[in-house]
Amino acid sequence: MSALFSVRDLRLSFPDRAHKPLFGAAPRNEVLKGFSLDIPEGQITGIVGESGSGKSTFGRVLVRLLEPDSGQVLFDGQEIGHLGEAALRPLRRDLQMIFQDPMSSLNPRHRVWRIISQPMKRYGRGGTKSDAIAALDKVGLPPAFAERYPHELSGGQRQRVGIARAIALEPRFILADEIVSGLDVSSQAQVLSLLKDLARDMGLTVAFISHDLSVIRHLCDNVIVLNHGEIVDHGPVAEVFERPSSEITKTLLSAIPLPELDAGWFDEP
Amino acid sequence: MADTTTSAPRARRIGPVNLRLWLPLLWIALVIAAAIFAPLLAPHDPLEQDLMLERLPPWFIAGSEPGYWLGTDSLGRDVLSRMIYGARIALIVSFTAALAACVVGTAMGLIAGFYGGWWDRVISRLVDIWMAFPPVLFAVLLVAVLGTGLGSVILAIAVIDWTRFARVIRAETMVQARMDYVDSARIGGARRMTALISEILPNILPSVIALLTLEMGIAVIVEAILSFVNLSISSDDPTWGAMIAEGRGAIHFAWWVLLFPLISLFLTVLSFSTLGEGLKRHFDPVLQ
Repeated sequence: MSALFSVRDLRLSFPDRAHKPLFGAAPRNEVLKGFSLDIPEGQITGIVGESGSGKSTFGRVLVRLLEPDSGQVLFDGQEIGHLGEAALRPLRRDLQMIFQDPMSSLNPRHRVWRIISQPMKRYGRGGTKSDAIAALDKVGLPPAFAERYPHELSGGQRQRVGIARAIALEPRFILADEIVSGLDVSSQAQVLSLLKDLARDMGLTVAFISHDLSVIRHLCDNVIVLNHGEIVDHGPVAEVFERPSSEITKTLLSAIPLPELDAGWFDEP
Repeated sequence: MADTTTSAPRARRIGPVNLRLWLPLLWIALVIAAAIFAPLLAPHDPLEQDLMLERLPPWFIAGSEPGYWLGTDSLGRDVLSRMIYGARIALIVSFTAALAACVVGTAMGLIAGFYGGWWDRVISRLVDIWMAFPPVLFAVLLVAVLGTGLGSVILAIAVIDWTRFARVIRAETMVQARMDYVDSARIGGARRMTALISEILPNILPSVIALLTLEMGIAVIVEAILSFVNLSISSDDPTWGAMIAEGRGAIHFAWWVLLFPLISLFLTVLSFSTLGEGLKRHFDPVLQ
């Protein structure tokens, strides 16, 4: 399996404005401390870590919403880490993203069909209302939803619209940033199985960011564990879960809630 | 995935009549009609003087003359006719000046709030400096320099009040620019300019409309103030401000000269500011 993304010595820091001296530049907080990894094509790679581990920042570098300070980001052999906005635009069709909070990522002023079809129009892949309805159909939403505004949908439906917008461009890569953390458990399961089916059917490469290892275990082929901007564990899911090599991974694994079945609990009144 | 609950918000659109929207609209429609059809509606020539008919009281007071419904002023000019013609000037000034201030101020606010950096620093400092001047004094100064006339009044209002828009729109743009839908437009291949115009602007539009109608009310007042101090258009032309200024001297024995233009000024300003709030609610798909 070849690598869709090859990341080498990636570094990124943000200015720490809270500690900015009166004169001179603010000190910088290192968020990504120089890591290298490959994301294999056609697979779902989980990215886990606690809050502040840099997982979302890393994801946003992959889809180039952020520019790294140094290091290489090779997408399909092409260096995209330092491309300008204009040079990136043709590549963006292949670098899609599903956001954590669909209430914020779907424009409240636009109807669902417009949200889905505008990117299609920009890349010359249709963009009519019926194209949007076809995309909605792929994520299991009826055509009537095309005319709705985002606030008229439930959380799970909104996240499906987010998925529909991403897959409508038929990209090669989708970044899913904590896409189920705002949903209730039954919607979580539906959205996850939808994403898994779509990824398999369309041959997508997916980077799935989560803080929940039980979700990663069900969905992903590979997993990368981040802690404070460094990779502490990576490999196929089964391997990492069986033989975690770092303390962080062990802590995260022990945080998975396991059903504690008390023998006979069901029989009691 | 049941869609039974989601149709509820749509049904609420046919709720109780929105008085905040319709009452102001009714009054403004009346004023607009008066302005457009002034020659047909006005019973007399607003400039026609008749010293034999000076300070006639309105129709409900003894001593009134038929045909002079709201009485006459100290030169025997018909108050009602002057008010109807005054609506023309009030509306021309309020629409054009407010629109000009709105376009300039909103554009500045959008640029400062979205691009940030030096754009923001330059525009924000400019707004700060601008707002350090007392606005009425600034207007008087501008008209004194530009010379009196309708164009100068409009220009003065626009030049002074664009900061009102720039400040509010800048703050709103900064909030909206942080929303994920802007990033998601970039992911969808939108240029930054496109994201600003087609994603952020629609979310700011309700505030723009609210500010615009508020500004129309303010423009009516500023025009009246300038007329009051005789810096608007020539004192002959019927404006509400000039009528109030003239009526002020005769308030003890001809209060109607002052009162009727004052009421129409008050209602117009009140209508514009209430209309802004009403429109904001009407066009907000989330609030409905």
